[in-house]
Amino acid sequence: MSVALETRGLEKQFGGLEVTRDLSLRIATGARHALIGPNGAGKTTVINLLTGVLRPDAGTILLEGAEITSLPVHARVLRGLSRTFQINQLYADLTPLETVGLAVSERLGHGGDWWRRLGARADVNREIAEVLTRFHLLDVMNDATATLPYGKQRLLEIALAIAARPRVLLLDEPAAGVPESERHDILAAVAGLPRDVTVLLIEHDMDLVFSFADRLSVLVNGALLVEGTPDEVARDPRVRAVYLGEGLDA
Amino acid sequence: MNSDRIVGALALKRSRWGWGETAFWLVAAASILLFSDRYLILTEMAWLGLFALSLDLILGYAGIVSLGHAAFFGVGAYAAGLLAVHGIVREPALALVAAGLAAMALGFVTSFLVIRGAELSQLMVTLGIALLLRELANRFSDITGGFDGLQGIVIDPVLGLFAFDLYGRTGFIYCLVVLFVLFLVARMIVHSPFGLSLRAIRNNPLRAAAIGIPVNRRLVAIYAISAFYAGVAGALFTQTTALASLDVFSFERSADLLLVLVIGGAGYLYGGLVGAVIFRLLQDVFSSWTPQFWQFWIGLVLVLIVLVGRERMYRGILWLPRQLGARLGKAKPAPSPGGGGA
Repeated sequence: MSVALETRGLEKQFGGLEVTRDLSLRIATGARHALIGPNGAGKTTVINLLTGVLRPDAGTILLEGAEITSLPVHARVLRGLSRTFQINQLYADLTPLETVGLAVSERLGHGGDWWRRLGARADVNREIAEVLTRFHLLDVMNDATATLPYGKQRLLEIALAIAARPRVLLLDEPAAGVPESERHDILAAVAGLPRDVTVLLIEHDMDLVFSFADRLSVLVNGALLVEGTPDEVARDPRVRAVYLGEGLDA
Repeated sequence: MNSDRIVGALALKRSRWGWGETAFWLVAAASILLFSDRYLILTEMAWLGLFALSLDLILGYAGIVSLGHAAFFGVGAYAAGLLAVHGIVREPALALVAAGLAAMALGFVTSFLVIRGAELSQLMVTLGIALLLRELANRFSDITGGFDGLQGIVIDPVLGLFAFDLYGRTGFIYCLVVLFVLFLVARMIVHSPFGLSLRAIRNNPLRAAAIGIPVNRRLVAIYAISAFYAGVAGALFTQTTALASLDVFSFERSADLLLVLVIGGAGYLYGGLVGAVIFRLLQDVFSSWTPQFWQFWIGLVLVLIVLVGRERMYRGILWLPRQLGARLGKAKPAPSPGGGGA
């Protein structure tokens, strides 16, 4: 089994508070891996450590075997590690076309071009069109993002992460706040990701976790409690204790 | 499937010239003929507009605030002055580029101090750097002429052909051409992926990095470019007035610049130019009314703009022309589909 993303002995403290403790994760290439845990377990910190927003106090992070522990955020993205945000982080006054155009330009190495206009490169345009089509955003591509319905904005959020052509994708509660009627598009987009893309899902919604993931890691108080297949995790008494009353066996 | 063509066309459409823009530059060019007795103030508007455009690039697009933009203006001014006095580069246009590059070098070096902080620390660091340069220029008065300024600046004809005349005609046309060329470059920049990434960074640096945008590198780049523009503006000032004294670095110059940009509006390139025209006109009108209290009125205008809001004020000013336009439109029902403003 080749490993797409790995952490070894990751530690992070805020003040005196240990939010990540000796965390070692191995996520296999092509896996649909979910990271779950009760509120305050430190899931968001893990994402911030993986993506480079925070630096760990100790430990290493490896992407496809290469160490990325001290790389800045954007360099990790260009190496194939991208993420979505739990709360949409979009550009209200840019259009989906421009937003996706930014991501595609960066990936193809044209993000720093100052001497030509966006839209002047056929290869960039082709990829923008591809991404917009895949995420059903073609019809609204020229509207200001702020005016889009929430579901479309959520799709754009995911489209942005995909536009970077990640080999490892971190999905931070992709369906959070999406009304039932618009959920299908989001879930279909997530399910339709290429099989060779490794996905780490951070999710509260247990239905989604169990329908999607083939492997689960349970985080409690910043440390790994249990890791295993969904069945194993669901049967584990320690997990049941943590999730008491939360209906893990949905 | 030709959706990629549509994508390209739509993306390019955003950067197309509107009629408003064309009209703006036609009027600017026409002013050479129309206001031949006002070249001095027009020249000031031109270099002030370029200076404000320079601030707009970092403030309006990248979200970097500065209270010390005069640092680059001053370096450009002294560079142009020294190049002329010592006869190092005699040809003004070439000296202009050299002066811009000198300011750009300073911008590049200081950018690392400026971009790391939040807004307040940006204000303090930029302010500090400008004060520092002013004191340096004062200290090395054997080079800069200290309080008296550089003496004996004589500017050769532009390109060896166009001598600066007493009425300031050459000076104005020279400034206007430089402004137009640098405006075109700025326009290209803001519509490029690079320029778009600046807007993304200003809006949300966290997301920008998550898209793969190297945030710091982009900010350093635009800060250096902006410094180049400010340096060229300073050089234009020195070349058209044959002056370079300590006040090129002054705090008032940096503060006035912010005022100009606030009057015109940041983040659409024309704000600096429009602001420069209005600011100089107001200054002119107010100081002929009350030579001692013109700053009071400028202050009042500033407060009004911030409180009332530029949009609402312009809507008020444009109310009558719009009404007339609507009447005319009704009389002759063949409205062209909105050409879109600048």
